[in-house]
Amino acid sequence: MKKTGWAVGCALALSVLGSGYAQAQTTLRMMWYSDGNEGEVMADLLKRFEDKNKDIKVVLDQVPFKATNETLPVQLAAGQGPDMARTTDMGGIAPYMLDLRPYLKDAATFERNYAPFLEWMRVPGDAKSIPGYMTQLTVTGPFVNKTLFEQAGVPMPSPKATWEEWAKAVNTVADKVQAPFPLALDRSGHRFFGLAVSQGAKVMDAKGDPAVIDEGFKRAAQLVVDWHKSGVMSKELWGSVSGAAYRGANEEFKNAQVVMYLSGSWQIAQFDKTVGDAFDWVAVPTPCGPANCSGMPGGAALVGIKATKHPAEVARVLEYLASDDVVSEFYSRTLFVPGNLAVAKKGVQYPSASPQAAAALKVFGDAVASIDPVAYKIQGWTNSRIVFNAVISRLGQAVAGETTLDEAYKRIETDVAQQIAERNKKQ
Amino acid sequence: MTLIAPPRARPRGPSASLLDRFGHAVVRVFEPPFRALQRILGVRRMPYVFLLPNAVFFGLFVFLPIGINLVYSVTGGTALFPSQRPYVGPEQYAYLLDCGSYLDPSTCREDHFWRGVANTLKFTVFQMVAMVLFSLLAALALNRPIRGRGFFRAVFFFPVLLSPVVVALIWKWILQRDGLLNAAVTSLGGQKILFFVDPSWAMFWSVFVSVWAHMGFYTLILLAGLQAIPRDIYEAAEMDGTRPWRVLTRITLPLLWPNLLVVLVLVLIRSVQVFDEVFVLTGGGPGTATQMIVQYIYTTAFANQVQNFGLAAAASVLLGAVLFVLTLLQLFLTRRRAA
Repeated sequence: MKKTGWAVGCALALSVLGSGYAQAQTTLRMMWYSDGNEGEVMADLLKRFEDKNKDIKVVLDQVPFKATNETLPVQLAAGQGPDMARTTDMGGIAPYMLDLRPYLKDAATFERNYAPFLEWMRVPGDAKSIPGYMTQLTVTGPFVNKTLFEQAGVPMPSPKATWEEWAKAVNTVADKVQAPFPLALDRSGHRFFGLAVSQGAKVMDAKGDPAVIDEGFKRAAQLVVDWHKSGVMSKELWGSVSGAAYRGANEEFKNAQVVMYLSGSWQIAQFDKTVGDAFDWVAVPTPCGPANCSGMPGGAALVGIKATKHPAEVARVLEYLASDDVVSEFYSRTLFVPGNLAVAKKGVQYPSASPQAAAALKVFGDAVASIDPVAYKIQGWTNSRIVFNAVISRLGQAVAGETTLDEAYKRIETDVAQQIAERNKKQ
Repeated sequence: MTLIAPPRARPRGPSASLLDRFGHAVVRVFEPPFRALQRILGVRRMPYVFLLPNAVFFGLFVFLPIGINLVYSVTGGTALFPSQRPYVGPEQYAYLLDCGSYLDPSTCREDHFWRGVANTLKFTVFQMVAMVLFSLLAALALNRPIRGRGFFRAVFFFPVLLSPVVVALIWKWILQRDGLLNAAVTSLGGQKILFFVDPSWAMFWSVFVSVWAHMGFYTLILLAGLQAIPRDIYEAAEMDGTRPWRVLTRITLPLLWPNLLVVLVLVLIRSVQVFDEVFVLTGGGPGTATQMIVQYIYTTAFANQVQNFGLAAAASVLLGAVLFVLTLLQLFLTRRRAA
């Protein structure tokens, strides 16, 4: 009887201790979107983190990309939302980001490794906070269906070829092989500015105020409209939806319907996996305009959210994931261009990449060096997304034949001014 | 006068069901407080006590949001909570209504709003005509003693059960460049048609898909009306040798008119509110050719980088006013019919 009493007592004590341990575990939520396999890789890395840190559990909420642009800002404005989030709209949600500095073990190394990109995550006037790290650096650039060029017997333009030369070549190829999309450009303001910067667009004046419509911008807009009129670009992408809605041509490219697809480095893993041996594809340097041969930089960051109840734990997770070894493995397995300076300097090995993907990664890696300072400035500008959305919405109307380009230019200016004025209205 | 009836005798014996016993137990629990309440308030006020739960629910989830929406419509900025938003008065309404000519959206400051209004009007007119016409034809056909009538009724009603998003995705799949319809067109030697690139085709398919998805519901309403028409009127007409067209125009349609009116008003209200099907099917394109007013509200409030809740709220107040008038029209017509 006495033994039974002891056993019951021990069991009770253990269960109390156990429940105490369970209560001590902190659960964090991470909002995450994926273009390729990065969700799987992140889940794997988090599992490893949890094995080493039994007091923290991270729930990975995988959502569509659209949710991070539309749902997340509303959640954050309401004081809700996850503890961490992966976002490309760094400037947009910067006011809601957590400054990790007080909680990091080694803030100096963190800052050194991600220095140029931390500016993108800060609100204007802030030069010090560390809200998160870059899960990838992206560069816009074209993918070309090499097999279609070979079937058409058309030589591929040289690396320094202009947009006009490429347009002519892909149109000839499409004519010969009956491909429906000679040139496809993501329906995205960010991608459009890859073309516009090469044409000399500056987007803002010396004071940092919007000055979107300049000669370079007009040249790029005219090219896009002319390409749609002449059939180089199909209206199915830019002309078939309204507003600032994003429309990519991934599916069409994978189905060998596109000769040249201007998108960016984040597509490599997806194409490597899905195209397989169906046809040969290559990434080529961004075509040149009168100003330069620059694409647009960009990327996605994993950031802490200010409203979290567990800032110290969030910092521990992010510091682990942003550490050189872990982030290097992440870049390597996801086939991403590194957004960590130390890792980039050391170089990332991509053992899982096919020869095509490895070659594409090299092209995009090299393209980083040719990005124009204006492109970096636009990417880090607080008004960039307002401009991107206004441009894509109004150019879409011009492409569809609803308005003229001159009308579109006027509307872009008024849309940008109206939205900035609305954002600046404070109580 | 007693509002609360005296309690029934407690159900006893093997014939009393479990439900009876349970019901009696519930009555015994709730009766004393309600009797006490009736003594305090009086019989005349008791109905309000019973209406109160629903009124609270309705107030919380209908009137309160309408009130909050009105508050948002007179505020500006991007802050989410009304307490943090600056008061701007009727500025948002003035911005929306600032037009050179209301017949030409390109002369309006907020042209997207007026393009939405124009598209919604166009959609509503086409949708009403097509929906009433096809629902009526289907109802007339299904009212005849044809073989497999039950099966065809089910076939017409089935799309009503589907989610609008599913309906739109199915039709998108059928209509896209490499979809079923283009496969059929090319197999007959024709050229592929890019339905979502041409504004007229995009509007046509938006109306068509909406009619396909919802006509089953309106067919049922009209069918019920047709079956309520006394058979002896038709028999008398037949004995007089009246032609079928004359029977339709002089007997069926006049007697069906009350049902037709209900259908017309319901279709009208639904058309003005249309969003999900068209948004998924065409995305509002090409250009803004199928961008409806509700899509404008959604985009302005949630999809733009600067989430302009004030402007979206003002636009929804204007839409609400239109719907309110249409609902009054429906009530008026329904009551006149009842009278």
